[in-house]
Amino acid sequence: MSYQVNEKGYYGNFGGAFIPEMLFPNVDELRENYLSIIQEENFQNELNDLLRDYVGRPSPLYYAKRLSAHYKTNIYLKREDLNHTGAHKINNTLGQILLAKRLGKTRIIAETGAGQHGVATATVCALMGLKCIVFMGEVDIKRQAPNVARMKLLGAEVIPATSGSKTLKDATNEAIRDWINNPLDTYYIIGSVVGPHPYPDMVARFQSVISEEMKKQLLEKIGNENPNVVIACVGGGSNAAGAFYHYLDNLNVRLIAVEAAGKGIDSGHSAATSVLGKPGIIHGSKTLLMQTEDGQITEPYSISAGLDYPGVGPIHAHLFETGRAEFASATDDEALKAAFLLCELEGIIPALESAHALAHLEKLNAKEQEVVVINLSGRGDKDLETYIKSQKG
Amino acid sequence: MENRINKLFNSKKKNILSVYFTAGFPNLNDTLTIIQELENSGVDMIEIGMPFSDPLADGPTIQRSSEIALENGMTIKLLFGQLKDIRINPPSNANAIAPPFSRGNSELPLVLMGYLNPVLQYGMENFCKDASALGISGVIIPDLPLQEYLDEYKSIFEKHNLKNIFLITPQTSEARIRLIDEHSSGFIYMVSSASTTGAKSGIGADQELYFKRIQSMALKNPTVIGFGISDNKTFSKACESANGAIIGSAFIKAIDGSKDLKKDIKDFVKGILGERALV
Repeated sequence: MSYQVNEKGYYGNFGGAFIPEMLFPNVDELRENYLSIIQEENFQNELNDLLRDYVGRPSPLYYAKRLSAHYKTNIYLKREDLNHTGAHKINNTLGQILLAKRLGKTRIIAETGAGQHGVATATVCALMGLKCIVFMGEVDIKRQAPNVARMKLLGAEVIPATSGSKTLKDATNEAIRDWINNPLDTYYIIGSVVGPHPYPDMVARFQSVISEEMKKQLLEKIGNENPNVVIACVGGGSNAAGAFYHYLDNLNVRLIAVEAAGKGIDSGHSAATSVLGKPGIIHGSKTLLMQTEDGQITEPYSISAGLDYPGVGPIHAHLFETGRAEFASATDDEALKAAFLLCELEGIIPALESAHALAHLEKLNAKEQEVVVINLSGRGDKDLETYIKSQKG
Repeated sequence: MENRINKLFNSKKKNILSVYFTAGFPNLNDTLTIIQELENSGVDMIEIGMPFSDPLADGPTIQRSSEIALENGMTIKLLFGQLKDIRINPPSNANAIAPPFSRGNSELPLVLMGYLNPVLQYGMENFCKDASALGISGVIIPDLPLQEYLDEYKSIFEKHNLKNIFLITPQTSEARIRLIDEHSSGFIYMVSSASTTGAKSGIGADQELYFKRIQSMALKNPTVIGFGISDNKTFSKACESANGAIIGSAFIKAIDGSKDLKKDIKDFVKGILGERALV
């Protein structure tokens, strides 16, 4: 069983490039060139230097002693929250902007949900001196105000997406429409393992540095590069793809993807795509997505803007279908509780997204000798308002 | 039976006017009235939009008409129900606003336009079978790429005598245009400029060059220009370089909030066709 994309851009039954003809030349150019560019020595050198000196990689793998004692097991946190800009997103934006430059593009567009990908894109655009336009749902602009301010400070233009549910899905629609209207000079930096082939594979490759480092760090710390379990949250699924990547073929490592259950899976206010979704087409790829019987894409809900997406990347649809990854979910309340626990026991304020992964520790019942790695994909500065509000409540 | 799209292009080579509307807009049950009035006004082909929640290739006008149509409750099933009497005279359902059309039974080619996901949920085989049974002649699915069509769906379309209509744009390579021409047998939809629907209007020098380039390729299929065609001037200009043109967003705007749908449609088409309009 292969968990990698095939030559047609599919992971098993999922993936492909379902794009209007207007986007064909751009996506095709990328498909033709991405692998050879990424593999060039000077590309690798430039990327690795920036990851080290600009992002601060490798991100630490931290043994969370008090959290481990609490759950009576061994918990390591992969500290993507300590990256420059505060999340894993920059691993991907750096890779893609170097690619965009080599393709001669001068104008960068991106979508963003929580604002982490928008900030990471605005950051690398400032670094490279390229024009940056970020599409963000109107609802998300309100609930993630600090990140909007950061993007603007970094010189990006933030355009509100006012159609549909006014969240991540609609921001992605607007970015795609912008690309249709500006095919020649523009490069679209997609923030997750979604979109038409080759995006899911390309983003997974740029995020795979997470599990590459995890292996080395675990070998150093415990003498074994394989943990028993890796847990990551999944919206589109880029941090999970990166955390799972180098373990996909090692079936002894349990991979657990935690989706946002929102107010409960059956509440009608949820983003748990693996449970609520059916195969369909969203943003250019065939994957699992939440939709009506008539094939209209429905509006998901999560307290966390980064998980508020009605689909999952096609790689995750494949991991779900084949059973390679276990899919779990955490409600808003469970995520909040897990975030507060991490604050209390470890002095780390996690992003609401990452708190969903932490929340799964309650249900995991890990054994005392087991090693569990949680991908702490981002930090919680952007979520302070939500945290403060729910503490009062 | 000869496909009505082929029949049209075999009998008429120039100035073909195709109009797009979103089914379910402005009101759920306007579908037959709009089709009837467009035909009576002298339109040659009609594209019936199947609304989708996330229309990636569409600008604000068609996005909004799609949202309203979905709020009104439009679905493919419902649309097919509305269309069931379109080729039958007299209608089997006495309540339907249906033919007879003023020019007799409708022979106008009807093309369904929509996005892939709702069609997949309906089921491609069933969709083609049911559409064909209703007398639909072709389908435009912008997010169904050529290769996917060839690998998965071409035989289904052919079995049901449905033409799949492909788009080309100013950025489409010559080799790809040749490939699309080879696999098309209805017409080729020329997107006038790099844009979503309704985004730009007017035809500039760049577009004229592109139109000339395509003309000089002498494709086996007829060509129809769409996107940015909104009035008599742009329609006439497009018709100089292609067999016809398609109007969508401008028509949606014209019937938005209409108090007299029939009159507004008649006036709109008259405005586009100028002296050629049937009065």
